[in-house]
Amino acid sequence: MVELSHDSRPIIGRGPPLTAYFLTLAAISVGLMVADQRYHQIDRIRESLSRVIYPVQRAVDFPFRATDWVTESFADRSRLRQENLELTARLRLANLQLQRFAVLEEENRRLRDMRANTAGIAEKVLVASILNVDLDPFRHRVLLDKGAADGVFKDQAVLDGDGIFGQVSKVNASTAEVILISDAEHAIPVQSNRSGVRTIAVGTGDQNKLSLPFVTVESDLQPGDLLLSTGMGGVFPPGYPVAQVSKVKRAGSTFALVEARPTARLDQAREVLLVWFKPRVEPAPAATGTAATDIAATAAPTGAAAPPAPVAAPPASAPATRPSPELAAPPAQAGGE
Amino acid sequence: MFARRLLYWISMAAGLVLAIVPLPGWLDPVRPDLALLAMIYFVLTSPRIAGLGYAWLSGLFLDVLRGMVLGQHALGFLVVGYVTHKLQLRMRMFPIVQQAVIVMLLLGLYHFLMFWIDGLTGHGYTGWVRWLPVLSGALLWPLVVALGDSLTRRSS
Repeated sequence: MVELSHDSRPIIGRGPPLTAYFLTLAAISVGLMVADQRYHQIDRIRESLSRVIYPVQRAVDFPFRATDWVTESFADRSRLRQENLELTARLRLANLQLQRFAVLEEENRRLRDMRANTAGIAEKVLVASILNVDLDPFRHRVLLDKGAADGVFKDQAVLDGDGIFGQVSKVNASTAEVILISDAEHAIPVQSNRSGVRTIAVGTGDQNKLSLPFVTVESDLQPGDLLLSTGMGGVFPPGYPVAQVSKVKRAGSTFALVEARPTARLDQAREVLLVWFKPRVEPAPAATGTAATDIAATAAPTGAAAPPAPVAAPPASAPATRPSPELAAPPAQAGGE
Repeated sequence: MFARRLLYWISMAAGLVLAIVPLPGWLDPVRPDLALLAMIYFVLTSPRIAGLGYAWLSGLFLDVLRGMVLGQHALGFLVVGYVTHKLQLRMRMFPIVQQAVIVMLLLGLYHFLMFWIDGLTGHGYTGWVRWLPVLSGALLWPLVVALGDSLTRRSS
């Protein structure tokens, strides 16, 4: 009676038995996962693998970029002229506003200097474009074409022309992964421009919606309020628009149901700005939950919505260690203020 | 033999590329796991060359590409590769429809593993949409077989 073996690899040079091989590789995978998740020890492995993978990402991105280039090159003249006119008009307007802004900025700087506090002003920006690569349909992450080689660091703030876009979650050699503010794992401390109410805006997994879960029924928030970043936690520069309150429902007994719409164009942006700024000097922030505890601490004296020690302070906005902006300064491309 | 090996690596690369090519929004959640299907196909047709190491490596590359926890897809690919290897003698006898059903079960196993690990690592998405690739992958299986057969016949 011949018995068919399930292992149909060649008998000579077969290597270890199939099951042993399987178990070894499975153990390695589990080890990798634990090391990656708990100890963040294998960033080096990831980085060297990402070097191998980078050409693939470029290859995927290339046709889209080429099509864009071609359509732009052959765009018809009248449309370009129209666009040019519009842009000139907008530039004139922007310049006009800038003149006023320059005076204000100068004044602001002088006042801040008097208080010996120049924190929170963006010092350097670097334009990065988003690679046309789909990472995961259920998580809001994008890949930028700038990486460690350009001085990008983990937890760096990312903005687009209209507001806060997200923060860098992984840095590879020549790419960086950004978690958008709408990702369900992301949270950002914000403050209402009108009433000064401070709270946290949490991503929902929907690109057009942020949720503000720690707003009490009595707190002064209305639809239309602009939410600005507070700069607490030291990740985002303060005073940049994050979202606009779209819905306030005071149904429950303690917390109101508040939703906001991100001002940044999360689904359309092609190019974003990586920002270097001097973070606000904090009294020795704890490693995790900085934002949440800060909020609780500073919101209480003003009498506005002190959330009962938010439990769900995700690690997203908690910087552990970060190189100083001077160290991380990008070489050449950096421009602006 | 060399041409065969080359074919495996090329199809792995193609599967990985197709795993991250941007698709229009509604199509994105349906995206079939072509890298996984290619791996199953090669483990079935030539288990002597494409083994568990091959499966594991393509999973690992997928992890890096998608920025997931390192080892997540590697483990999924490995488990599917192992089970396929075990079922291989039987599966090769099956008519294509029956094969597709088994493939659907394999894909289900894979996605269950991914779902589970996602949950453990703290970003579980629990909507039913998540299971659509199981169906689309099974529906695509006959195509994968046809394509693979024509390619291997030419290269061998």
